[in-house]
Parts: sequence; C-alpha cells; structure tokens
Amino acid sequence: MAKQEKKWELRLYVAGKTPKSVTALNNLKKYCETHLRGQYKIEVIDLLKKPQLAEGDQIFAIPTLVRKVPEPIRKIIGDLSNEEKVLVGLNIRTLNEV
Amino acid sequence: MQVLSKTKTGINGLDEITMGGLPKGRPTLICGGPGCGKTLMALEFIVKGATLYNEPGVFMAFEEKAGELTTNVASLGFDLDKLQKNKKLRIDHVHIDRTEVEETGEYDLNGLFIRLDHAINSIGAKRVVLDTIENLFAGLTNQAILRAELRRLFQWLKDKGVTAIITGEKGQGTLTRHGLEEYVSDCVIFLDHRIVNQVSTRRLKVIKYRGSLHGTNEYPFLIDEEGITILPVTSLKLDKNVSAKRISTGIPSLDEMFGGKGFFKGSSILVSGSAGTGKTSIAGSFANATCMRKEKCMFFAFEESPQQIIRNMKSIGLDLNKHVKKGLLEFHSFRPGLYGLEMHLARMYKLIKNFNPSVVVLDPVTNFVSVGLLTEVNAMLLRLIDGMQNAGITLMLTALNSGTTEHIDENVSSLVDTWILVRDIECDGERNRGIYIMKSRGMKHSNEVREFIISSRGLDLVDVYRSSEGVLIGAARKARQKQEGVRTGQNGNGQYRARIKK
Repeated sequence: MAKQEKKWELRLYVAGKTPKSVTALNNLKKYCETHLRGQYKIEVIDLLKKPQLAEGDQIFAIPTLVRKVPEPIRKIIGDLSNEEKVLVGLNIRTLNEV
Repeated sequence: MQVLSKTKTGINGLDEITMGGLPKGRPTLICGGPGCGKTLMALEFIVKGATLYNEPGVFMAFEEKAGELTTNVASLGFDLDKLQKNKKLRIDHVHIDRTEVEETGEYDLNGLFIRLDHAINSIGAKRVVLDTIENLFAGLTNQAILRAELRRLFQWLKDKGVTAIITGEKGQGTLTRHGLEEYVSDCVIFLDHRIVNQVSTRRLKVIKYRGSLHGTNEYPFLIDEEGITILPVTSLKLDKNVSAKRISTGIPSLDEMFGGKGFFKGSSILVSGSAGTGKTSIAGSFANATCMRKEKCMFFAFEESPQQIIRNMKSIGLDLNKHVKKGLLEFHSFRPGLYGLEMHLARMYKLIKNFNPSVVVLDPVTNFVSVGLLTEVNAMLLRLIDGMQNAGITLMLTALNSGTTEHIDENVSSLVDTWILVRDIECDGERNRGIYIMKSRGMKHSNEVREFIISSRGLDLVDVYRSSEGVLIGAARKARQKQEGVRTGQNGNGQYRARIKK
C-alpha cells in the first residue's frame, strides 16, 4: 500500500492567488479526496515566484494541472470546474465508467 | 513635438523603406503565405539587434524547436548557440499539442506572459519575436479567452517597452488567418512569394505604418547566404553628386570624339548596335583601360563565359587575364534565365558592393528581356543606373539592337548620359561598321560618323572618306586613299593610316 500512495503525482501551476487558481486548487483537492484518497501528491507551483519553471513543463495557460505520474504526462488547463472532464483527462476514470 | 522613435532592424534595405526601422517599443506584424520568409526576417531582426545594436532579443517559437531553428539558420552565418551563450538571445519554444491538453473552465494565458517576462528580464531584452502566435488558435478551443488574452498580450508588450515582431500566416481574404491585424495596428508588413514565368520573386510591402512615412511600393527582396536583402526601388531623387573628372574610353580615337577626354567619371554609357558590331570589344577596351589606371572593374557577362571573353579580347590585343590575376578585374558570367530580374539586380548590387569597382560593365542588357517584360527590364536598368550614379561608379551597358527585337536601347537611352551607336553599313558588297555618338550630356562631342575598325592591334576609328562621289568606307576608302596618297591630319588615326600605306 505504501507504494500506491505515490501513484499520482499532480502539479498545479498558478500565478498568485487569483480566484481561478483558488477555485482550481479547491476543485482538485475535492476530486482527489473523493477518488484518489491516500494515493496522490499535489504540488502547487506559483509561477510569480518561480517563473523559470514555466518553460520546463511547457506552461502557457494558468491554471494548468500537470499529471507527472503516472506517465504519460497529461495537462488540463482551466479552473477544473468540470469534474467529469478532469477525471477523464487524468485518466482516473475512463469514458466507459462514466 | 515628439516624433515616433524607431528601432533599426539591421536588415539590408528594410530600414530605408521604413525610414529608420520599426516603431520602437511597439509590436509589428509580419504576415505572408507559407515559405515567404517571415520567420527568417523575424529572426534576422533579433540576430542583427544582438550583433549590431547590442540589443538582446527573445525569440518565442510556437512552430520550430530551438534546435531546428539553430540548424535552419546556421547556413546564413547566424550562430544562435553562441548568441545564447553570451546572453544576447533567448529562444523559448512553446509547444502546444491539442491532444495533450484538456480544457475545463476558466483560464488565462498568464503562463505565457510569465515565461516571456522571465525570458525578457533574464537577458535584458529589447526585442521580442512571437513566431507564429496563431498556433495558439490550433491548440486551444476557447477563442473568446484567446482573443481577449492576445489583446492583453500586445498591450503588455507595449507597456513592457520592447520592440516586437509578431508573425502571422496569410488567411483567405485577410492578412492573417485569425485576424491578428486587429490587435497589432502600428505597423504591418506583408511578404509575398510569387512565381511569374517560372521565376520566383519575393516581395515585401509595408501595408501600414502608423505615425510614420514609409515607402508604399512592393519591394523585391531576396534570401541568400547573408540573410535578407530588400532593394528599395529607385529613390528617384535627382540630387546626386556629379563628377567633372573624365576617364578614357580605352580607345584613343574614341576619346577624341568626346573632345579628347573620354567619358565623365560616374556617368552611364550605353553602347548599342546590331549583332557583330563590336560592342563587347568596346566594353573590353574600356575595362582594360580602367585596369591600366589601376582601378577596379567588374564585368557582368550574360552571353559569354569569362574565358571566352578573355580569349576573344586577346585577338584584338587586349590581355585581360593579367588584370584578373592582379584582382583588378572581376568577371561574373551567368545566364539571365537563372534568376528573376530582381534577383539579378540584388546579386549585382551585392557583388558590386563587395568588390567596390570604379567601373561596371554589363554585356549585354538586352538578354534580360528573356526573363522579364520590357517595362520591367527598363525599371530594373533604371534602378541599376540610379544606384551606380549614387555610388559614383561609371556604368557601361551594351545593348543588341536588331530589327526584330524590341528596342531596349531607345528605352534606356533617356536614362544614360552617353549613347554610342555602332551600325553596319553595307555597300559595294562589303559590310563595314560605322560608329557615332547619339548623345553625350554635358560635353562637346563629335557629330561625325566614323568607320570603326577592329584589328589585332585593338579598336580604332578612322574618318570616313568624303569625296566628290560621296562617303567612302571600307575598301572603297582604302582604294581612294591609296590612289590619292592622302593622309588626313587626324592624330589618332595616323598610326592606322601608316599601316594602310605599307
């Protein structure tokens, strides 16, 4: 079970505490607690503080959620307000299950 | 009164057309179809800025990866790696792939702003290129957000005070596919790549330049191993410096027809005549005389190869090869059909600029009609003559004039300062050459028709022999001269006369 805890590595890129970023983070936490409890790690990166990190993950929109693990890397941009889209996008749920 | 300040692009010719460069601290849109040279022009703007004006630049590529870009322009002598190492350039490749990205809810492009801001600040950039930002439209579905963000981006660039180039792909009936011209309205440059008669010509037009005068024509440009060169069409200002210095034609007896002194330095001379009248020989003599004075001469040959000309000139006693070896004479030989007219002009300009000759010969200009319409050829020659006059270079053009082809010589003649005509004169079963000066501005010149003789000793002119039976030339003249034992007092011809007598 210990291994499973690191199954999902998520990274959320934001730029300061904007309403969109706050919404996105809240949404993400909610989905993860519901569907991936105990198996995920969320890292929030504020590009205003670390602008040099934007290039590495090819960030152009804010907020952007990046699924680092499991591979392949997936990206979801926006405030993550559509739960189904986020879950499908992260491959937590396939379309058949919906 | 504050006038719009400008940023020099460093691209050959572009600064002249825009009268000083692109609007400083504002974005400029460069648009055109695929392969028209947008990316290259934008990149050259950055590279020239970094190398010539010490203005570092950021190149944000939405299409090509940094590595590809570096390889693509290495042939132009742009060392992007070195510039990046010296912190003069920063390339940021923005990779957008719709398949990797899912959109849900509200977002903005702050990530892009932050990246750009970071890149600009990291090297203190003064110049920015976004190539081609329209790719965002392919990668993102929410157009409303995208458009609002683009508007904000261009405003942000202005606030940032960087001189920016945005490139855009030509759309159907619009300048850019996604209407970028709506956002970037200070300066819009359109590039075009057209193929007419199987010869391709690139052209540039400044569609709009708010707050500044600019050339409004379509300007041809070319891309070669030194990057982009744009040719401003004739300045058409007639205010160049003129020289009163005279230079020899290379034929003493011809000098004599020009009051004994020859052509004006920096003037343009047209030698026209029908086939086989010795136009190239006159040009060769002129080139020879130039090199004898230790001045440089550039010879453009459109009919013969350099070796052919050297061999042929040897037959009239001119050793051009030794001038070539000394580096005083340079031949450039190519078929007119090789490029379009504009390309020819640009190439010639460039070669002339590098060699810096005092005399340029084109032999013959009539061959250009095979690649362009007569009006186009005339326009090109006009620009060439204009350019040479501005540079103080003496230009000699030869033109073939036969009954069948259109008379290019007559069209060009109003542009040139001196027009020499060589004609065939047929009588008594032989063909002789007659030479006369149609015009020569600003100097006394002979009104006579002289007989033009090409021998192994070079070119010479002799007086036609006037007798009671009329004008005698060729064999008839010789016969009469023998008969009468006449020696006319013309100094230049004495030597020839003496030879005849032998």
